Amino acid sequence: MVDLNSIYDVLVIGGGNAALCAAVTARRKGKSVLLLEHAPRDFRGGNSRHTRNLRVMHSAPTSVLTESYSEDEYFQDLLRVTAGNTDEVLARLTVKESGNALPWMESCGALFQPALSGTLSLSRTNAFFLGGGKALMNAYYHTADCIGVHTLYDTEVQTLHFEGRSVRNVTISVKGFPANVRAKAVVAASGGFQANLEWLKEYWGEAAGNFLIRGTPYARGRVLRDLLRKGVMPVGDPKQCHALAIDARAPKFDGGIVTRLDCIPFSIVVNNLGDRFYDEGEDIWPKRYAIWGLLLARQPQQIGFSIFDSKSLNRFMPSVFPPVQSQTIAGLAAQLGLPPAALEKTVREYNIAVRPGNFDSKKLDSCHTEGLVPPKSNWALPIDVPPFYSYPLRPGITFTYLGVKVNEEARVLLESGTPIDNLFAAGEMMAGNILGCGYLAGLGMAIGTVFGRIAGREAARIADN
Amino acid sequence: MFPAMELLRSFTNPDLSYLANLCHNCRGCFYACPYAPPHEFALNLPKTFAQVRNESYAEYAWPRVLAGVFASNGVVVSLVTVACLTLIFMISIYFQGPNALYAKHLGSGAFYAVIPFRVMVTVSIVTLGYALLALAMGFLNFWKDIGGTIPELFSLSNWQRTFADVLTLRNLGGGGHGCTDKDETFSNARRRFHHALFYGFLLCAASTTVAAIYDHFLHWIAPYPFVSLPVLLGTMGGVGMMVGCSGLTWLKLVGDQTPADRNLLGADLALTLLLALSAFSGLVLLALRSTEALGILLALHLSFILALFLVLPYSKFVHGIYRSGALLRNSIERRLGSAPSSE
Repeated sequence: MVDLNSIYDVLVIGGGNAALCAAVTARRKGKSVLLLEHAPRDFRGGNSRHTRNLRVMHSAPTSVLTESYSEDEYFQDLLRVTAGNTDEVLARLTVKESGNALPWMESCGALFQPALSGTLSLSRTNAFFLGGGKALMNAYYHTADCIGVHTLYDTEVQTLHFEGRSVRNVTISVKGFPANVRAKAVVAASGGFQANLEWLKEYWGEAAGNFLIRGTPYARGRVLRDLLRKGVMPVGDPKQCHALAIDARAPKFDGGIVTRLDCIPFSIVVNNLGDRFYDEGEDIWPKRYAIWGLLLARQPQQIGFSIFDSKSLNRFMPSVFPPVQSQTIAGLAAQLGLPPAALEKTVREYNIAVRPGNFDSKKLDSCHTEGLVPPKSNWALPIDVPPFYSYPLRPGITFTYLGVKVNEEARVLLESGTPIDNLFAAGEMMAGNILGCGYLAGLGMAIGTVFGRIAGREAARIADN
Repeated sequence: MFPAMELLRSFTNPDLSYLANLCHNCRGCFYACPYAPPHEFALNLPKTFAQVRNESYAEYAWPRVLAGVFASNGVVVSLVTVACLTLIFMISIYFQGPNALYAKHLGSGAFYAVIPFRVMVTVSIVTLGYALLALAMGFLNFWKDIGGTIPELFSLSNWQRTFADVLTLRNLGGGGHGCTDKDETFSNARRRFHHALFYGFLLCAASTTVAAIYDHFLHWIAPYPFVSLPVLLGTMGGVGMMVGCSGLTWLKLVGDQTPADRNLLGADLALTLLLALSAFSGLVLLALRSTEALGILLALHLSFILALFLVLPYSKFVHGIYRSGALLRNSIERRLGSAPSSE
């Protein structure tokens, strides 16, 4: 099995989607491959285990996708969400290659849900994994195992040692024991740094201590920081992260999708002083949900409380936790630890400001407030039918944007623009090249799959020389 | 099962009984779930549903006073088997004297030299009749609780899909690639072993039925020659049951224990073992029926069969009854368009 004294052809750092795509690709080209996953086996797969689908270009309906989704439309969607903050060459490469991803994934045991089941709005653009991301990762690991990829769990890469423009060896920690490993080519696919609260504090101060991390606790960015310190060209705004409002009672890490809350447009949101701070009905929820994480991050103690009444209870997907409930606003405030008088005043002023209208949860409706600061522009209904409910909210960080610059061969570039001879990057670690800001469902998995395969192929080619 | 579940936001007890019995325990959800243990949410649906199923077996048991047998079902099944062994041997000695068990009996009517024909027929008709009645009453209790009506049971079109589901175990096929039988990799092992046991059991039942027809209408008295319908059916059935029982037990023992409830292992193994012993004793009896072992082997075989008849409504066997009911409910809802397909 694993032999740390031998020189591997390809060393893959990371254990998520991109890492597995690279490892399987290189191994299928006959190379010896060692994959290092920081997490223990039970938690392997990085944030890929929380994913559900990948965005795929296609020209005709398939068994898992409806209609068609052209290269141009895909690219335009990408331009829109990133406001142009994307590398067009790499972006178009991702879009085009995504069209070849599904058969390859199926060759690795991946299973997809038939089109038209469930999430209708995405069934045209996104292929859904049967069983979700963790099932996909199980299939990848099983395939990797069968074809002879060597895997070490509980293994953290600490530093890469360069000699000129080549990585010569890598210092690792296997279950806490230090070791060194050598390889002809290295693929770095170990994600962003969102689980590294100390690093986040460099930009967010102590507030970052109150952030919740929605995914894996192992995305600590150790390899990313090591590379940036050694003169690799960065890409993406280091301060930015994708953050949304999630249930404040969620675990610190790994709470995933079930802690997400879509209650904000049907409620008012107050801070821990009992005051509102932003227009909850500004725009339809899918266009606004990603701003609420950072809005909460700027409030005292980084906490907010969504307040609504029994009329709104069944208008949104609940989180995994039950809402806090009371017959009175003061009772609700007492349970939430808010000043009761302040919350009663906020609700009273809001109720007075609400103008009658035709409520319609599906579109921008005419229900709004007048003379209230900040206003609630849509879906404003008085909060007056007990019992009253609340979900406490905190910022939930999905991913960070900072990464390393790569070229079309997934090769990592130095600050001078020169490529490193034998170092490649894939997945979240380089996603900032393509998704400079914003969010597009299923794009992260598309980037990981496309660049994982490119990195695996190129690493295998380098190992031949 | 998940498509049926997605239609609901909150769950009543009958909802849970329905969903738990619709669940085929493929454990796919467990391996796909990012919240399965050791995650702090420790979501373990297969284990929880196994517990809910067992509670539902008790809830719908007929008569209700016997609900307690599902609490430690492995012990109950074992004790009933021991009691039946004692009873059959005592019956044999009482009616035919102690020597009949050790003597050689050949030719037509050899079996009845060990246990009198009338006793054998009376005991089996009474116990089997009772078992079928208790199973039917349990089914009706379940059916009414999950919102079913009696007229729905008499519509053949409602049953078509259900029969196909039951006979093919379609839901244990995962749509072709199989299920997570042993660990997170997919296989069709559990489906195939269950088929072997299921069809083996049916062949044995067919063998007994044919034998009863031979005896009652044609006056051909058992034992029958090796090349005869009852013996051929019984042999094939017995071998199928042995294969199925061994395979299912193997999967239970080597499979990942985390998504299973350790407290229910006894109930599962007790019934599987009783089925295996019924089949095995039948096959050995067939092989050695012309020797002095016939008496003991026949008494053993009949003891196991008697125990099996008695525990049919009070053991893991009832899973088939309630699973069929849940599948019927699901097929009706799908036909009405209120539930998507279960794939």
